[in-house]
Amino acid sequence: MKPSRFDYYAPQSLDEALALLEKFASDARLLAGGQSLVPLMNMRLASPQEIIDINKVAALDYVEEHDGYLCLGALTRHRTIERSPLVAAYCPLLAQAVTFVGHTQVRSRGTIGGSVAHADPAAEYPTVLATLDGKIVAQSVGGRRTIDWQHFFRGPYMVDLQPDEIVVEIRLRKPAQTAAGVFLELSRRHGDFALVEAAVQLQIDGAGKCAAVQIGLGGVAGTPVRALAAEQYLHGRIADVVRCEEAAALAAENIEPDDDVHGSADYRKRMASLLVGRALAQAVERGAKLNPQ
Amino acid sequence: MAELLPIRVRINHTPYERSVEARKLLVDFIRDDIGLTGTHIGCEHGVCGACTVLLNGEPSQSCLLFAVQVDGSEIVTVEGLKSDGSLHPLQEAFSAAHGLQCGFCTPGMLMSAAYLLKGNSEPSETDIRLAISGNICRCTGYVNIVKAVQLAAQALKQREIKA
Repeated sequence: MKPSRFDYYAPQSLDEALALLEKFASDARLLAGGQSLVPLMNMRLASPQEIIDINKVAALDYVEEHDGYLCLGALTRHRTIERSPLVAAYCPLLAQAVTFVGHTQVRSRGTIGGSVAHADPAAEYPTVLATLDGKIVAQSVGGRRTIDWQHFFRGPYMVDLQPDEIVVEIRLRKPAQTAAGVFLELSRRHGDFALVEAAVQLQIDGAGKCAAVQIGLGGVAGTPVRALAAEQYLHGRIADVVRCEEAAALAAENIEPDDDVHGSADYRKRMASLLVGRALAQAVERGAKLNPQ
Repeated sequence: MAELLPIRVRINHTPYERSVEARKLLVDFIRDDIGLTGTHIGCEHGVCGACTVLLNGEPSQSCLLFAVQVDGSEIVTVEGLKSDGSLHPLQEAFSAAHGLQCGFCTPGMLMSAAYLLKGNSEPSETDIRLAISGNICRCTGYVNIVKAVQLAAQALKQREIKA
């Protein structure tokens, strides 16, 4: 099928884009990478009256570091993140996650802001945001606000964003030991939507104990979740093989995934435990290298 | 009558100026307005990869772009692979290694493989499988497609050695 008719606007600046969005509000849709919106339009599941194409708003395409946060402009494409030396140095967890985002063609066009705003429960970035205490910066004609990930992701495809707001920036807290970050994903084929995602960021002190641990899960609920019980269990302890397995079991115990054609709830729980266990083991290994005994 | 928007693009190094409706997909523009029917329309929602073209050098699905968005861009389609009247080594290799059956996915496969070989002259089988993972072949011909890309990589290398 083909999209229905719409009026096309291609603002050159953020101010122009914001003014257009305020004028048209819910009738309009923002077009960035188009990897989620255009399929919906082609199938006529979405028929916006106005399209505001923000691809020319170059000011939204950047990767920077400020005050201990990695800041990514909303229009930053997956390929840019994949190739960014700053992302590789500051946030290997994100660098690993982006390799699972769609296929090459999708990564050429798709953007981090688009993916976060779309909030697919099986997408990778929301899980990274949850794991690294990420924040979303939204802007309207009225001003800017910064939203914590817990408040932003409300449910599948549902986010805390007003019709006149644009996601302008994604912020990820820089981990103390960047290298001890691991992102793993299980999908039917590489690049397909995830059945389960597990993300781990560790900080191991000189005595080999977990000084900080963050564990995020994706694809197992309407929004990304943090495995708080597992984190609490490991905190201050040496993460040996037995404790990693115990933590992985705790992470799976506290989720309630749905059944669907790709896998049953029980299968997802078992895979969540498996992936968290593997991610923890890898993170411990990387963290140990940073703190040789 | 819907409003028509003027665009200028270069496709396979040839400049074109046309006016398009905003909702016209790039793949329909390439096929219907320009008449280059080598680029195929498969799923029309970004899943099959048959419509893959290079947009400013990056592989992109032309069913997920509006023609009006590529104003000022450089596009290469499967017709742009040949040079001086002879087929690209990838096209030769797909023929030699039986890398196609019905041929529907072939233009997209060729564009993804061409992009791979531009940045990686000695791809492993995994590299190749990852590079074409966004392209679906329903004749189950992946084994020969991988072989064809390996063959083309060798041919390109030999050509370099000779030159």
